[in-house]
Amino acid sequence: MAGTAVRGRLNTWQTATIGPVTDETARVRTLRLEVPDWPGPSDGQHRAGQHVDIRLTADDGYQAERAYSIASAPGEPLAITVERLDDGEVSPYLTQEARTGDQLEVRGPIGGYFVWEPGSGSGGPLLLAAGGSGVVPLRAILRERSRAGSSVPVRLLYSSRSWEDVIYASEFGLPPGGVEVIYTLTRSQPRMWQGYARRVDDAMLAEVAWPAALASPGQPLAYVCGPTSFVESVAAGLVKLGYPAGRVKTARFGATGG
Amino acid sequence: MVDEKTLDGNAIAGLLMEVFGSEMTTAVATCGSCGAASMVAELPVYMPGLGTVARCRSCESVLMVFTEVRSVTCVDLMGLASLG
Amino acid sequence: MSPVSRGFRRKREAAPADRVPPGQYVTKDFPVLSAGPTPHTPLSQWSFSITGGSETKTWTWEEFRALPAETLTTDIHCVTRWSKLDTTWEGVSLDVLLAAVDYDARYVLAFSDGGYTTNMPVADLLGGKAWVAFGYGGGPLGAEHGGPARLLVPHLYFWKSAKWVRGLRLREADGPGFWENYGYHIYGDPWREQRYAGD
Repeated sequence: MAGTAVRGRLNTWQTATIGPVTDETARVRTLRLEVPDWPGPSDGQHRAGQHVDIRLTADDGYQAERAYSIASAPGEPLAITVERLDDGEVSPYLTQEARTGDQLEVRGPIGGYFVWEPGSGSGGPLLLAAGGSGVVPLRAILRERSRAGSSVPVRLLYSSRSWEDVIYASEFGLPPGGVEVIYTLTRSQPRMWQGYARRVDDAMLAEVAWPAALASPGQPLAYVCGPTSFVESVAAGLVKLGYPAGRVKTARFGATGG
Repeated sequence: MVDEKTLDGNAIAGLLMEVFGSEMTTAVATCGSCGAASMVAELPVYMPGLGTVARCRSCESVLMVFTEVRSVTCVDLMGLASLG
Repeated sequence: MSPVSRGFRRKREAAPADRVPPGQYVTKDFPVLSAGPTPHTPLSQWSFSITGGSETKTWTWEEFRALPAETLTTDIHCVTRWSKLDTTWEGVSLDVLLAAVDYDARYVLAFSDGGYTTNMPVADLLGGKAWVAFGYGGGPLGAEHGGPARLLVPHLYFWKSAKWVRGLRLREADGPGFWENYGYHIYGDPWREQRYAGD
């Protein structure tokens, strides 16, 4: 009975109220969302990596819908992180106009493919590869890993235009044990930058990615999220390094804020 | 050459849930033209505003088309050999 | 009833009402919208054909570009409700192309690289109403907007202006192309707001 009720809610639009908002960078904002019927710990709470569909309605009835990755871990207050796209329609609203107390509609949590759960036997190390705002669902995965007390070794390879564009920088600056964050800053770097300063390529993956041989059978090895060109080139590069294609999970919607 | 605007089946998970009544991103879509099988999440998806088009990852044939005509969602799955 | 998201509105530009068909709003953007991947046919392999007449007529890129071309400024209207005013194009009129063919069919199906199709009456391609356009905004038409050449039929909704067009198939009877098959109007006049079949 309870299971059916949850599934019904997952499929329908619910009214959400915007809670506290946090500016992560000049173009990126995290918004907490209060949803009355959001699944809690006792009825199939959301899984790290999932997203929500957001719908806005204007006073003339015009509606726009977009998908945003959930930035929070299961059990934490629901939050999304939105990057403002200059020619977008929804992201400029969410990152500049929308205020605490405003309402929008939420559908979800959604997604059964790009999800990570701290399961038993998932001892194999994990590679997370983020292009720009593709880092959002991967941050949810890292937070879930911490909450669950998992000791799976993780490397996050995070490609960003510049240091100023890095989202969650202070959180990643103090990574939990077993987590390593490797940045590549593709357009500009701070003075004295010693790290990678180019788009992810095969040579960088060869240095950063865990050897494919360390994988545990049946577990995903890599999660790659970001704009299409980033995802395609990283996924292809990992396959060349011996990662079975079926164990590299991809999500091409880092750049769809719109 | 990669089209930056191309999404994948993850982006239409909500639409698929609405249409099929369940989570579909891990369902396997088999192309009716070339026989290639992939998970729905991994299909290239195009959303040009007129509708949503999911194509075969291998041969780019159209597998699924969703349009909204006067608030009714229309679904065409003729390009699929199977989905499940 | 969905709650209103305070302060949210569609981006729109001001425009004279007589330039904007019903239900449309004006934008300065030129959205890149496509049902499939951008084709990249090399010009050496490109051709434009008209079939279904007494003989098939084909032009190579060089032959096509040797035809008399014109520049034009026009408004375009997308069924997704955006309109863009005063767009400039360069192309070969369908009057020139169809004059090279002997036919009596009354309808065409336009076909493109990648498999896209759309249909219209021949009459809507004649009389200075349609072009195969290879230039936009003073420069060559970019691949993302349909280059090297696209059909341009601005008096109909813009889905009829097939990107990456490779030819026309003349036929006796009208029949739906790609979007028409999925519920869009067989003709598509923005001024009569013919968006969907049955409108």
